[in-house]
Amino acid sequence: MNPTYTSVTDHDGKSIWKFLLSELKPKGKIFTPFNIISVPIIILGLVLIVIRFWKGIGAITNLTQEVPWGLWIGFDVVTGVAFAGGAYVVTFMVYILNMKKYHSIVRVTVLNGFLAYVFYAGALLLDLGRPWNVINPIIGNNFGVNSVLFLVAWHFLLYMVAQLIEFSPAIAEWLGARRIHKILSGMTIAAVIFGITLSTLHQSGLGALYLMAKEKIHPLWYSEFIPIMFFVSSVFAGLSMVIFEGSITHKVFSSQISDKDHRAGNKIIPGLSKICAGTMFAYFFLQLLVFIHEKHWDLLNTPMGYWYLLEMFGFVLLPMILFYYSYRRNNILMIRVAAILTMLGVILNRLNVTVIGFRWDAAIHYVPSWMEVVVTLTVIFTEIWIFRWVINRMPVLRDSPSWASSDNR
Amino acid sequence: MTINRRGFLKVLGVTGAALAVGRDLKAAPNSNTEIDFRGVLYDSARCKGCHGCEYDCADANGLPPPDPAKDLPLVRQTSETKRTVVNQYNTSKGKVFIKMQCMHCSQPACVAACLTQAMHKTKAGPVIWRSDKCMGCRYCMISCPFDIPKFEYHSPNPKIQKCDMCYERLKTGEMPACAANCPNEALLYGTRRQLISEARKRIVENPKLYVDYLYGEDEAGGTCWLYLSPVNFKELGMKTNLQKASYPALTKGFLYSVPTIFVLFPALLSGIYQATKNNTKNEEDKS
Ligand code: SF4
Ligand code: SF4
Repeated sequence: MNPTYTSVTDHDGKSIWKFLLSELKPKGKIFTPFNIISVPIIILGLVLIVIRFWKGIGAITNLTQEVPWGLWIGFDVVTGVAFAGGAYVVTFMVYILNMKKYHSIVRVTVLNGFLAYVFYAGALLLDLGRPWNVINPIIGNNFGVNSVLFLVAWHFLLYMVAQLIEFSPAIAEWLGARRIHKILSGMTIAAVIFGITLSTLHQSGLGALYLMAKEKIHPLWYSEFIPIMFFVSSVFAGLSMVIFEGSITHKVFSSQISDKDHRAGNKIIPGLSKICAGTMFAYFFLQLLVFIHEKHWDLLNTPMGYWYLLEMFGFVLLPMILFYYSYRRNNILMIRVAAILTMLGVILNRLNVTVIGFRWDAAIHYVPSWMEVVVTLTVIFTEIWIFRWVINRMPVLRDSPSWASSDNR
Repeated sequence: MTINRRGFLKVLGVTGAALAVGRDLKAAPNSNTEIDFRGVLYDSARCKGCHGCEYDCADANGLPPPDPAKDLPLVRQTSETKRTVVNQYNTSKGKVFIKMQCMHCSQPACVAACLTQAMHKTKAGPVIWRSDKCMGCRYCMISCPFDIPKFEYHSPNPKIQKCDMCYERLKTGEMPACAANCPNEALLYGTRRQLISEARKRIVENPKLYVDYLYGEDEAGGTCWLYLSPVNFKELGMKTNLQKASYPALTKGFLYSVPTIFVLFPALLSGIYQATKNNTKNEEDKS
């Protein structure tokens, strides 16, 4: 640990180590429904992960030579990172545009984003056949600088650091480390600017990964504009996640949230809804332009064409209209419905590019095995466990201690 | 705070440069068009479908012997145990055989994709895979337009398997095993320029036998492995929908935009930040 931490011992005289040890113990009830479901799945998932490293990736996945990236990349990494996009959008609104009304959701969103990156990008390691060589592109003895994946991997790493810095004041408040808190808070703006830049690049970079697979992706989903599409959709994917996650945390952790923030929450959601509607409009319009430009009219009247229309109208246009109307009527429930529809649409879109439409013409279709699904759930549940652990200890939803407010803006 | 930001911008500039500009712009693969790589001309009009090259390949690379008789007349694919296969097609001109393996592209998608430089285009022409660098991400498989790199899914220490034009043999002055042993002279090893003129000569001398097309001359920006055939390549299951430009070119636009964004965005963002910093009236949503 950082040696300077030891000088900070204002926890009623307790040493920092005793404090950390006591914080490791679980808080709250043990037999909640979530625990009862998640624990067996996590244990099963861990067993599967052991098998995967012992017998090879093929032992638990259905990946084929034609479709070498399946659920773990298409859903965990590509979709998970899109949903984590809320962090850069919200920090942009709060710190750069100075929209103070959203301040109360910054911390929880950044925490969510950070954990999503740690776990979903971490899921990437499970998918690497030779993970011990992952060190090569990092320490720089082999830089494949022409590779989009190189860029994306590096941006993941750097962005995690940026998010950790953005979140670090909460950790300092939890530890009661006042001096460090001041320093860390001072670094926030720089981290935010760096983080937004990185996010723009790797959100679109995830799409750019697939640019070379030109003939392998169904023409309705492939275009040279995939990077832009991925970037624009990450804005409303992330914000929908913020709305969705907020509606759950506000129930589950409602005791932690001050009345003021509760009331503010009901003002925040319509605001986010409006932004979602706006970006979805832009996205829909872009998709339309690309479609017209690529002239794939003949493909519409095929099963894949119906699938495409369902995605565009059912999961982009419909939630967009819902967002707009419920923003006008201030209907929080409808906004949540729209957010869930949007999230389904984003999952659909990412999977259509990466899995469903990828080698849609291959002789053997890839369908994920139940074991791949269990490992994916393991990743998600473990993330939620950590998230809950942090929320219960650090001032994330709860107000910061009074001494910290002079550092926080 | 200001000191912080200035220092930070400097770091950002350095990282941006290292991550984005660096060597990649210099090493634009275009220079590859000037090098005269080595390659192989495969003449399917001469191939008798004896599958000898499959045995020679397995032998040279320590792979299990192939079992072509069992597989026929199915169309077989190269796999993690077969770096090359010969398939038989019933075409408009009767039975025709076709050999498949890595095309050794002049500007390979797999090499551009690889973030560890495990896939490597050698100066001699072969595209090789280096086990000590590869991290098994399989991005090369995603990117290769010919679907060539294969992955050992059932090994805890998996390798990427693909033809490497017998690079080790080439270094000792030998030919690729398949080309050295073909009894029907269907495989000719040489420099790409020699091979192209030889292929043209064969087409001109025997216009009835060959279709007037040299597969690999332009596909995916040109490949070191070239094909002559008596029938349209589509009839032989070859990918005829590939673009003529190189595949790495598809990501260039994106990669080139990275340094620009790295310079512009932080400047822009700190500008907006300064402008809105003291704006306390900004309580209302103004998006
Ligand atoms: S055919 Fe595929 S594996 Fe071979 S060099 Fe070209 S891109 Fe690489
Ligand atoms: S699997 Fe290996 S060779 Fe292929 S791109 Fe990844 S690191 Fe490179």
